[in-house]
Amino acid sequence: MLKVRDLTVYYGVIEAIKGVSFEVNEGEIVTLIGANGAGKTTILKTISGLVRPSQGEIIYQEQPIQRATPRTIVQSGISHVPEGRHVFSGMTVMENLEMGAFLRKDKEAIKEDIKKVFDHFPILEERKNQDSATLSGGEQQMLAMGRALISKPKLLLLDEPSMGLAPLFIQEIFQIIKKINEEGTTILLIEQNASVALEIATKGYVLETGKIVESGVGKELLESEAVQKAYLGG
Amino acid sequence: MRILNKTNGIWMILIVLSFGLLQGAILLGLIDAFYEITLVTILINMILAIGLNVIIGFSGQFSLGHAGFMAIGAYATGILTKQFPNYGGMAAGIVVGGIIAGIVALIVGIPTLRLKGDYLAIATLGVAEIIRIIILNMGDLTNGAAGLSGIPYLSTWYIGFFLAVVVLIFAANYKYSSVGRATISVREDEIAAESLGIHTTRYKTIAFVMGAVTAAIAGSIHATYFSVISPDQFNFMKSIDILIIVVFGGIGSLTGSVIAATVLGVLNVFLQPFGSFRMILYAIALISIMIFKPSGLMGTKELNISSFIRKKDKSENKKREEKVR
Ligand SMILES: Nc1ncnc2c1ncn2[C@@H]1O[C@H](COP(=O)(O)OP(=O)(O)O)[C@@H](O)[C@H]1O
Ligand SMILES: [Mg+2]
Repeated sequence: MLKVRDLTVYYGVIEAIKGVSFEVNEGEIVTLIGANGAGKTTILKTISGLVRPSQGEIIYQEQPIQRATPRTIVQSGISHVPEGRHVFSGMTVMENLEMGAFLRKDKEAIKEDIKKVFDHFPILEERKNQDSATLSGGEQQMLAMGRALISKPKLLLLDEPSMGLAPLFIQEIFQIIKKINEEGTTILLIEQNASVALEIATKGYVLETGKIVESGVGKELLESEAVQKAYLGG
Repeated sequence: MRILNKTNGIWMILIVLSFGLLQGAILLGLIDAFYEITLVTILINMILAIGLNVIIGFSGQFSLGHAGFMAIGAYATGILTKQFPNYGGMAAGIVVGGIIAGIVALIVGIPTLRLKGDYLAIATLGVAEIIRIIILNMGDLTNGAAGLSGIPYLSTWYIGFFLAVVVLIFAANYKYSSVGRATISVREDEIAAESLGIHTTRYKTIAFVMGAVTAAIAGSIHATYFSVISPDQFNFMKSIDILIIVVFGGIGSLTGSVIAATVLGVLNVFLQPFGSFRMILYAIALISIMIFKPSGLMGTKELNISSFIRKKDKSENKKREEKVR
């Protein structure tokens, strides 16, 4: 579904991504793990068209998209939940979800999809008329994910959904991610929290200062030397 | 249809009512020639503040050069109406001034609004000054520092009122349109907006251009009401005056801008007898607002008529329920 080949990204003179290649097949949860500053966010932003690569290819459903605009990328079915809790404060939960449908015109179907989001995140329905700024961190993360789902993605890009959340919330969010995946959305998940990510992932890649240093099947990767070294300092 | 709902109906009634009140007061001699000048000044400031609020309040960008765009409208209309001293000339002036202001805003906006941060503030500060200096040096066309005089008196308070209403309705519709929502989402969270495929530069630029065009309209009324214009009327202090109205009324609140333009305009009249002491009282008024209501009179909220209706409906429902019991 998504093939990234030899991706190189510069910020000015700094080479943030140094020839990264990986693949996401339809129906999978693929995770990219790595420490702070490894280049995870940069890779996601490059896929969704917010950052331009200097080299390499991003092939999505057999089409190169590395020159496409963020808008056409969203329309082609890739939806990006950015790192941190980016909700539109001053707008209600409902209005935030409606913003997720900004590029869609089919009003009736949007209502249906908002219902589906409420099925995944019942707390959002309870809070639907509340200013999104008053939500807790975990709820804001859920809202950002729900909003991304409204654009009906085939591929959902998640940037560190566990960041700054209490362990219980992390478990909950990851169960929901798994469920969203089981219902047919392919997921590219970026995490620092290797153990929770690899638990639900089909496949994982380890990123270190802009390079992929290891890859493998979910749980096996957790045992690997690279992950042990990166996370446990040994 | 949305345009003909209850809320909009009440707004229309309010607008007609305030028109009627003003007209009545003028006929009865309660508003004489001097106060009519105040009235038109308030209406011009209202248009300026609404436009600046579209830029600052809706798109979250800071513009410090609003008076520059006003100058473009004033000079375009002044020059054209001196050639064609009729309403055709004035309409042409409004259109030409609006187009030039819009183009200048595009030229300034597209490169600076691509950047994140307050670059627009710096750029507009410079642009307003450049506009003023260009006007100063355009020879006979603008008559340099002395400015233009003898511009035909074409504007009346009717025209001011009409254009203020048009600009207000336009801005209100914009706020609640999908373009407006996108603009506000960019203000609230640029990263989130980008991730939804919203072209952030585009919406910031649209708001900036709209603000510039409305400022030019205000300038056109100014020129044809006061008949005399000069570059120093459109200096940095004028931009700050407009900014004060926006902040006073509440950044992001259109009704706040309307109320603030009126309150500050009336306040100015009452403070007239105090001479230069006036500025001190004016400052005290502003400082008290900052202390007691730092987000401005209205905050980001609008004067919300439909919530009054809803409250009334609710209390009626309650009464009905009680009756049933
Ligand atoms: N906008 C930017 N300008 C310059 N350097 C950046 C920018 N964004 C990220 N970087 C640098 O690129 C590298 C990778 O950053 P990032 O992709 O955010 O990593 P991660 O998400 O894995 O923490 C870091 O060294 C970071 O400092
Ligand atoms: Mg990151």
